[in-house]
Amino acid sequence: MQPLLRMRGSVAADAETAVRTSEPPHLRMGQRARDLYAHREILLNLVRKELKVKYAASVLGAVWSLLNPVVFLAVFTFVTRVIGNSLPYYPVYLLSGLLAWNLFSVSLTTGARSVIDNANLVKKMSFAREILPLAAIGVALVDYVLQTGVLLLVVIATGYGLHVPELSLFPLAFLTLLVFTAAMTFWMAALNVRYRDVQHLLNVGLLVWFWVTPIVYAGALVQDELAGRELLGVKLFDLYFLNPLAAIVEGMHRALYGVVAPAVSGAPTPVLVDSSMGWIAAVLVAVLVGSAVLLRLAWGLYFRLSGDFAEEL
Amino acid sequence: MSVPALEIVEVSKKFRLYREKPTSLKARLLHSRMQVEDFWALRDVSFDVAEGGSLGLIGHNGSGKTTLLKIVAGILRPTSGIVRQRGRLAALLELGAGFHPELTGKENVYLNASFLGLSRKETDRAYEDVVAFAELEDFMDNQVKFYSSGMLVRLGFAVAVHVDPEVLLIDEVLAVGDEAFQAKCLDRIGTFRREGRTIVLVTHALDTVRQICDRAVMLHHGMVHATGAPDDVVREMRYVLLGVADSGFVPEEGTREAEIANVELIRASGTSDRPMLRGDPLAIQVDVRTNEPVDDLDVDFQILDGATNHPVLEAKTSAGGIVIGRFDGKKRVRFRIPAFPYTAGKYWVTIGLTSRETGHLYHVQTQRYEFEVADAPRVQDRVDVSVDIEVEDL
Repeated sequence: MQPLLRMRGSVAADAETAVRTSEPPHLRMGQRARDLYAHREILLNLVRKELKVKYAASVLGAVWSLLNPVVFLAVFTFVTRVIGNSLPYYPVYLLSGLLAWNLFSVSLTTGARSVIDNANLVKKMSFAREILPLAAIGVALVDYVLQTGVLLLVVIATGYGLHVPELSLFPLAFLTLLVFTAAMTFWMAALNVRYRDVQHLLNVGLLVWFWVTPIVYAGALVQDELAGRELLGVKLFDLYFLNPLAAIVEGMHRALYGVVAPAVSGAPTPVLVDSSMGWIAAVLVAVLVGSAVLLRLAWGLYFRLSGDFAEEL
Repeated sequence: MSVPALEIVEVSKKFRLYREKPTSLKARLLHSRMQVEDFWALRDVSFDVAEGGSLGLIGHNGSGKTTLLKIVAGILRPTSGIVRQRGRLAALLELGAGFHPELTGKENVYLNASFLGLSRKETDRAYEDVVAFAELEDFMDNQVKFYSSGMLVRLGFAVAVHVDPEVLLIDEVLAVGDEAFQAKCLDRIGTFRREGRTIVLVTHALDTVRQICDRAVMLHHGMVHATGAPDDVVREMRYVLLGVADSGFVPEEGTREAEIANVELIRASGTSDRPMLRGDPLAIQVDVRTNEPVDDLDVDFQILDGATNHPVLEAKTSAGGIVIGRFDGKKRVRFRIPAFPYTAGKYWVTIGLTSRETGHLYHVQTQRYEFEVADAPRVQDRVDVSVDIEVEDL
C-alpha cells in the first residue's frame, strides 16, 4: 500500500495525526490528564449547564442545595434528642461529616448515570468521555462549597470556632475524598453503561454505606463497641477503617469538629475516635494511596470501555 | 503530491444485533447464549482524502456512510483496519447535537463550540459572526427550547462553520433549513474548499456532491462500490439506487409495436447544454414510430427530481383527453409546460408508450433524458417597464 509507506515518515513529524484502530487504547495517565486539561472548557461548560438545568425554572434556585443539609440537620437533631443520645455541638459534628458524604454519594449517583443521561452527546459528538463523570463530580463540588458556607455559618453562629492544629488535617482528608470519589465514580460510570443494574445497586449500597459510616452517630461509639475485639489477630477497630469513607469522615470530623471530647456542663464525653492526629493522618495516607491505585484501575477500565459507549447506548 | 489528510485502510465494522439488548446483569447471565446476529456495517473500506480535497460519500440508507463517518470522528471504534487523520477535526453529525433546551442560544453556542474544540476566548472572538451568520441576533438570550427547528439548524451550522477545522465531516445536515440558508451553507463550504480545508460530506443530495466535491465514494452494503469523479459515481449511484428500489429496473424495455424514435426537450433559451431557468417554459417532444399498426397508443412522461428520485411531474395523452386513433407510421406528441415550477437542480425524464386499453408496455425509456434548472436570478437593475395609468371618477 503506497499511502501507508508514505505516511510512516510523516507520522513522527506531525504530532497531530490521530490514528484509530480496533485496539482499545491504553491509558497513559499523564498524557491523558494533559489532554483533559486542554479540553477543560467542555468540562466547565458542562458543569455550568448542569447547574443551570438543575435549578432552571425553580424559584429558590441554588438555595435548594443549601436546604438539603439544613433539613438533614433538623431531622437528626430531632431524632438524637428523642432517643436521648444528643452530642454536644451536634450541628458542627453532623455537617462536617455529612458534607463529605454528600459530595461522595451525589457524585457517585449522578456520575454513574452521566454517560446514559448524555447519550445524545456520546452518540453524536467526539470528546474525551471522562468529562461526563468529571462534570458530575464538578457539580457536586459546587454544592459542597456552598454547603461548606452553611457549615462555617453554623460554626460561627454557635461560637464553636475552628481548631487550628486539627484544621491542618482538612487538605489531606479533602484530597483523599476527591481521589476516592473520582475512582468510584469512574468505576460505576463505566459499568453502568453495560449493566444498568449498577445504578439500582448503588442506591441500596449507598444506604448501607451511609449507616456504617460514623456520620449521624459518634465515631467514639464505634470505638467503644469494637474495643478489645479481634478477628484473626487483627483489631476489629483497625478493620473498621477498611471502609475508606470511615477514614475520610473521621478525618473531616477531626479537622472541623476538632475536639475529641468537648466538655459540656460536666464531664467531657468522647465524641470522636480517640486516636492521635498522627494516627488519623496515617490512616488517611493509606486510604489515599489505595484510592490512587483504585483510580488508576477504574480510569483505565473507563478509558478502555469508553471507546464502545456510542455503540452500547 | 501532499500527504493525505485522511487515510482509511481496510476498515471494517461489525455490529452485534441482539433480539433485545441485555443491559442488565440478569439478562447477561441467563441469556449468555442469546441469539446474536453479526451485522457487518463496513467491510474492508479503503480510500484516501487528499489535503484540501472534498469528498462526497454517497450510498443508500444503511450502506454504512454514517458509521464510517463516526469511525473517522472517533465516536465508534473499527472492528479492524486503521484510520489516520491529520489536523484539527470537526464532525457535524447532527446539527445542534450538543444543544440543551434549557440553555439560552448564547450559552449553547459556547457549549457547542467547546465540544468542537474552541476555547472560550476563540468563541468570544467568533461569537458575533456566529450570531450574524445564523441571523438570530434577537433570540440569543432566549432558551433554545423556544426555537423553531429552522432556528436550531441555523445556529448549529453557524457554530460548526466558525470552528476553523482543518478537516470537516458533515453528515446530511445541509438538507435542512430553508433554501436561502442552504445556499449560504453551500457558499460557506465553498469558501472552506478555497481555503484548502479537507471536507468529507455525506449526503443524499447527489446534486450537491456534483457541485462541491472533487471526488466521490459510493458505499453499497458496507463496501466501496464505486470511487472516482463525482459525475461518474453519481451516475453509478443512480443506477444502483433504482436497482435497489425496483429489482426489475431496466433502462429500456417493451414489445416495440410502437417505439420512441426521438425525444427533444425544448427550452425557451434553445441550447440544451446550459441550464434553463426556474419558471421557464419547457416542452417535451416525443416522436413515435410504429412497427405495426397500433390502435390505442397512450404517450406519457414523468419528471423525477435528480437528487431524490421522486417523481415531481407527470402527464399522459389520455389523461389530457386526447385519443390517438389507429395509425401506422410516425406521430409527434408535444407536452408543453408553460412554466417549470421546481427549484434548481437536475431532473430526469422517463418516456413511456403504452396501450390505453390494457396498459401493455410498447416501449419505455426510464430516466434516459435529463435537464438542469438554475434558479432565476433576482432582477436588481432598473428596467424600463411601461406603466398604464388610469384615473376614474367615483
